[in-house]
Amino acid sequence: MSDTVDKVLDLAAKHFGVDRSKLAPDADIFEALGIDSFQAVELTSEVELAFDVEIPDYELQPVRTFAELAAVIDKRR
Amino acid sequence: MTHWTIDAGIAHLVLDRPPCNEIGTAMLADLERFLADVADREDDVAAVVISSAQRGGFSAGADLRELYEGLRREPADRHESLLRSFLDRIHTVMDTLDMLPQTTIAVVHGICFGGGFELALACDLIVAERSARFCFPELRLGLVPGFGGIPRLERDTHASVVRDLLFTGRSINAKRALDAGIVREVVPRGSGLDAAMAAARQVTKFDAETRARAKLFAKRLPVERLAEEKALFLELAQRDVLVRALERFVTSDDIRPYLP
Repeated sequence: MSDTVDKVLDLAAKHFGVDRSKLAPDADIFEALGIDSFQAVELTSEVELAFDVEIPDYELQPVRTFAELAAVIDKRR
Repeated sequence: MTHWTIDAGIAHLVLDRPPCNEIGTAMLADLERFLADVADREDDVAAVVISSAQRGGFSAGADLRELYEGLRREPADRHESLLRSFLDRIHTVMDTLDMLPQTTIAVVHGICFGGGFELALACDLIVAERSARFCFPELRLGLVPGFGGIPRLERDTHASVVRDLLFTGRSINAKRALDAGIVREVVPRGSGLDAAMAAARQVTKFDAETRARAKLFAKRLPVERLAEEKALFLELAQRDVLVRALERFVTSDDIRPYLP
C-alpha cells in the first residue's frame, strides 16, 4: 500500500468516524464512508489541506476509490 | 427555520432551511424580512453576523429544484418575467445587505456555492471555517452567476481569481480563499461564530456615524456591472440549455451532482 493511500485512509476514518480496519484502498469511497454529497465536498477540502495540494473538481470526477484518490493527490504533489 | 436575534448591538441571522439553505422564494422572503428589521437600526445595531445552522454548509446557492419546477410549470413566454421578478428582488436584497450601515460578517462552513457564495460576498467580511468551500458552478447550467457575485468578487479581489472561478467552475478551499483575499481568516471547525462575534463586539465600540461613513468611503456598489450581470443572466436563462441542465441536476443520483 502506498504511503499516500495509507494516509488518505487514516484521514477518512478519523474525519468521518469510521473503523479504519474496514476501509480498503479499492473500496468505493462514498459507499465505504456512507457520506452524502455535502460530505464529499468536505472530504475534498480535508484532503487538500492535509496534503497541501489543490485538486480541481474535474480531476476528482472519475475518482471512486481511495487508491484512485491517492493517485490524483500524488500527481499534484 | 431561518431566524435572527438582536442583542448587545449585534444582529445574528441564522440561515436554517434544509437541505443547505438553498435560495428560493422562501429564503428570499426570510432575507427580506431580516433586512427590513435591521436596515434602519444603525443606532442600536452595529454589526450583522450571518451563519448557517445546516450541517452541509453556509448555502448551496439558488434553489435549482424550485427554478426547474417553475420553468416547467409556466409557459415559455412567461419565463423572462418570472426570472426578472425573482432577480429584481434578490438584487435588492443583496445590494441592501452589501450597503447596510452596519458592519456585516458571514460565517462560512462547508458548502458556499453559487448564490450562497454571492450572499457571503455581499457581506463586508467573511470568516471561513476550515471546512469552507467556495464555487461558482453556474456555467455548468449555461448561466453566469445572477445575484451580483461576479461584480462583487471583481471589486474585492483580482480579476484572475474571478476568471479562474467563473470559467472553470472549480471549487476552492478556505486556505485558497484566504490567499485570494476573499476571506479574512480561516478558523478551526466549529469556531467561526465565536471569531465573528468577537469581531462584531469590537465593532460595537465605534461611533455609529463614523462606522457608517467609513463604510460608505471604503465600499461602493458596482452599480453598472451589477446591471450588466443581470442583463446577461436573463439573456442566457431564456435558452433551452438551462432547462436541460436543470433536468440533469434534479434527476442526478451522482454523489457530486454539481459537476456537469
